[in-house]
Amino acid sequence: MNRNRRRQSINYTSIAIAYALTGLALIPLGLVLWFTIAKGLPAASHPEFFFNVERPVDVPGAGIAHAIVGTLILVGIASLGAIPIGVLGGIYLAEYATSRWTDWVRLACDVLVGTPSIAIGLFAYALLVAPFHHFSALSGSGALAVLMLPIIMRTTEGAVRLIPSGLRESGLALGLPRWRVSLQLILPAAAPGVITGALLSVARASGETAPLLFTAFGNPFLNTDPTQPMQSLPVTVFHNALLPYQSLQEQAWGAALVLVVMVLLINLTSRYVLRRQIRLAGQL
Amino acid sequence: MADRRPIEQTLAQVGRPELLTVPGASPAKINVDSLSFFYGRNQALKDVAFDIPERKITAIIGPSGCGKTTLLRVFNRMYDLVPGAHAEGHVLLDGEDVVSTRNLLELRQKVGMVFQRPSPFPMSIRDNVAFAPRLLGWPSARIKTVVEQSLERAALLEEVKDRLNDPAASLSGGQQQRLAIARCIAVSPQVILMDEPCSALDPVATTKIEDLMSALMREFTIVIVTHNMQQAARVSDFTAFMLMNPEGRFGELIEFASTADLFNRPQDDRTEAYITGRFG
Ligand SMILES: Nc1ncnc2c1ncn2[C@@H]1O[C@H](COP(=O)(O)OP(=O)(O)OP(=O)(O)O)[C@@H](O)[C@H]1O
Ligand SMILES: [Mg+2]
Repeated sequence: MNRNRRRQSINYTSIAIAYALTGLALIPLGLVLWFTIAKGLPAASHPEFFFNVERPVDVPGAGIAHAIVGTLILVGIASLGAIPIGVLGGIYLAEYATSRWTDWVRLACDVLVGTPSIAIGLFAYALLVAPFHHFSALSGSGALAVLMLPIIMRTTEGAVRLIPSGLRESGLALGLPRWRVSLQLILPAAAPGVITGALLSVARASGETAPLLFTAFGNPFLNTDPTQPMQSLPVTVFHNALLPYQSLQEQAWGAALVLVVMVLLINLTSRYVLRRQIRLAGQL
Repeated sequence: MADRRPIEQTLAQVGRPELLTVPGASPAKINVDSLSFFYGRNQALKDVAFDIPERKITAIIGPSGCGKTTLLRVFNRMYDLVPGAHAEGHVLLDGEDVVSTRNLLELRQKVGMVFQRPSPFPMSIRDNVAFAPRLLGWPSARIKTVVEQSLERAALLEEVKDRLNDPAASLSGGQQQRLAIARCIAVSPQVILMDEPCSALDPVATTKIEDLMSALMREFTIVIVTHNMQQAARVSDFTAFMLMNPEGRFGELIEFASTADLFNRPQDDRTEAYITGRFG
């Protein structure tokens, strides 16, 4: 009886500590969110903010449409390249990799994840901008893709490794080719982890400024041609926040808020679209 | 001791076709001949030889670690997944060598496998059964009938016919195992290998699987590895008893006979010791 009570009190105390620590960890997150919303709303509450482009400092009605469209295109192209390659690479690492060579691939991934994004931007500049003598959205997407690739690969590898080998064996025992088992059985089973990894990389790429500064560069006009320079939300934030005008700084906060909401929306939409697969895999 | 009536013919000394005329035996589906198996440098099986009769249930029994699973996984070349594993000798399926075949996919379609854990695929009950036929490119009308027939033959259709679109993971353990069997017979195998298919199931679910095996025996050659000697005695027609060689650390086939013979008139002292529980 007594022992039971002691166990209970230990139980409650540890739960309380866990809650307290979680709360502590959430404080900075909450503050960032709160600041972004409070400071971003004044700019973002005007509808024209979403439909217009930049204007000179004192002209009212300035907007960030060009940056929103730009970020969507930049990240979209980068995702089209990085997600398929990253997912396939991750499956390869988890399923087929046995040799020394794959240890090197893994190491390269880990180094790349830790590489400062400005260095990746520089790399994209040297490879995709300098030879052509002009900035382009494509070079920016290239830089973002390089940034996303190792994240996707490693998270996919981790998710696939968690799938019990019985699933793979059951598929192979039916006489199915290995690659079909990998892509049509293992990958769907690993879907929740793979999707989380891909979305993480999308969020990361959406918020990157450094790799875009000298690749996609920037563009005061609405541009949808990926061979031309293109504006993006983080670059808008970066430029406007540094300028000594209140209206521009408000626009910077507004752009930051839009960026946060956009990443959230991308996240929720993809999870909604893929909800059936996530549910099925989650029950395994 | 155990009654030693005149020794009936057993299949213990294999490789001699005349021994296959044991009462009730049918022609051999799989001939295992001087089969040795290695995990890298470690030998796991040595000189295993016996014939698995067609459309009968053959049980493989023996203490843990004696190589039962290893032997079973030679029959559908599942060991290919293990780096460094290789087999020597011959395993003939309808006269064609399994060990050296290049056509793994065809082999595995012919030799299905049911595992200890059912591993439902992350999809609906229906899709679990339809998955392989679809990937094999069968026409959809045929797939539809195959799904129903397979579930029916796996004695599962009654229980799930109203919820074919539910996730397979929502089934009970015993139902999942029968789903695994349905999945396996959907691609029309000739042999079904089962590795301790009931070890995670309660007695009721176990009985269902055992009944199912007896029904399936009419169409399929079944090889089952089991730890449960009562189960082997209940369901199988033939039994192979394996043991780890104490010096060589490899598994050996000690005795292979009709189940009745092996349990009632074991030829080898070690078999007798094992089935009477005096093993140690
Ligand atoms: N993947 C593997 N790699 C290396 N050795 C293995 C592997 N699988 C099994 N072995 C070894 O081969 C021997 C036989 O193992 P196996 O799994 O075939 O035994 P088993 O009779 O099925 O045992 P159990 O009744 O416990 O399932 C054991 O000594 C085991 O350690
Ligand atoms: Mg085993």
